Amino acid sequence: MKSFGIISVLILGAVLLYGTMEFPAWGDPESPASGHISGYYIENTLEDTSVPNIVTAVLADYRGYDTMFETTVILSAGLACFFLLRRFRRKPGEFRLYRHLDTGITLIIEQGGKEPADSDEFMRIDSQWVPYDLIVRTGARLMVPFLQLFALYIIAHGHHSPGGGFQGGVIFGATIILMAISTDLRYTTGRLSEKNSALMASIGVILYAGTGFLCLLLGANFLDYEALSRLFPVDPVGARSFGILFVEIGVAIAVSAVMVWIYYNLASAGRHDEGL
Amino acid sequence: MNWQIDLIVMTLVVICGLAAVHVRDLLGAAALFGAYSFMMCLLWAVMGAVDVAFTEASVGAGVSTVFFVAAVFRTTRRSKD
Repeated sequence: MKSFGIISVLILGAVLLYGTMEFPAWGDPESPASGHISGYYIENTLEDTSVPNIVTAVLADYRGYDTMFETTVILSAGLACFFLLRRFRRKPGEFRLYRHLDTGITLIIEQGGKEPADSDEFMRIDSQWVPYDLIVRTGARLMVPFLQLFALYIIAHGHHSPGGGFQGGVIFGATIILMAISTDLRYTTGRLSEKNSALMASIGVILYAGTGFLCLLLGANFLDYEALSRLFPVDPVGARSFGILFVEIGVAIAVSAVMVWIYYNLASAGRHDEGL
Repeated sequence: MNWQIDLIVMTLVVICGLAAVHVRDLLGAAALFGAYSFMMCLLWAVMGAVDVAFTEASVGAGVSTVFFVAAVFRTTRRSKD
């Protein structure tokens, strides 16, 4: 069976490599893609949308409808992880560990036992004990604010430099995951709960689709941002740049929340209780 | 100059990919996948697709590696085959 797999992979790889020989050369100006569409974008993007970064303009304006459903796919991924992994009831035989800080004694509380309230005397610890490291925790705490600022910069500056809502959102979600890894899961869920992350994921998609519907209400096509110039004191070209910023913020909110949500479900095996 | 960088990075991509399949320690495979993604990111950057390189660096090398590690933490570290 294994040799059969290797042979089929080799044949498929050879066919794929043979297929790529038909491709136009890299950067060939005569290739069909460069001949028809690319030229239009390169010549007209700045006049149409006042956005210097052509990639962002194409992604969020010219094919904004496509990107809206890409955001929906991210939301669906988060929902799929939620439905597959989330467990609300405790497994029989599951126990919780508490440490009495003054004496250093570890208590095992079985199900139905009385659990100590949140206080300075008892500390909840994970059953798969991951010791906290002071250096890692302090280092991560020092890094997180700067990383988050950088993520916001990427989101807001996506018009002018590489980046945009998707990349910035992922980095923002990663900072929250970094916080969860360097301390523990409960520390992070106390700050960004599962409910809030699910809500934020939906709000991001709604912000995107809502921008589209706003244009529809103002009498233009769906996601035709030029209509926004009636609401804001900008010319139609500037309004397209503004519309791109709106949907990028929507994408960023949705993506960052979904990344955190998936991490919660994966790291705690759906219990949102203790984890990496 | 470009093709030398291309060749080095491309070789590392292939090595990382093969090693990630062959290594038995799944945590090591996750780390190798991170390295693979980062090499792909370099390749995109060399080709001038900076936005794609950015996405590859943040999603491929960053978050998906963490997801792999979290999944390994919750399942098993040794591969069966």
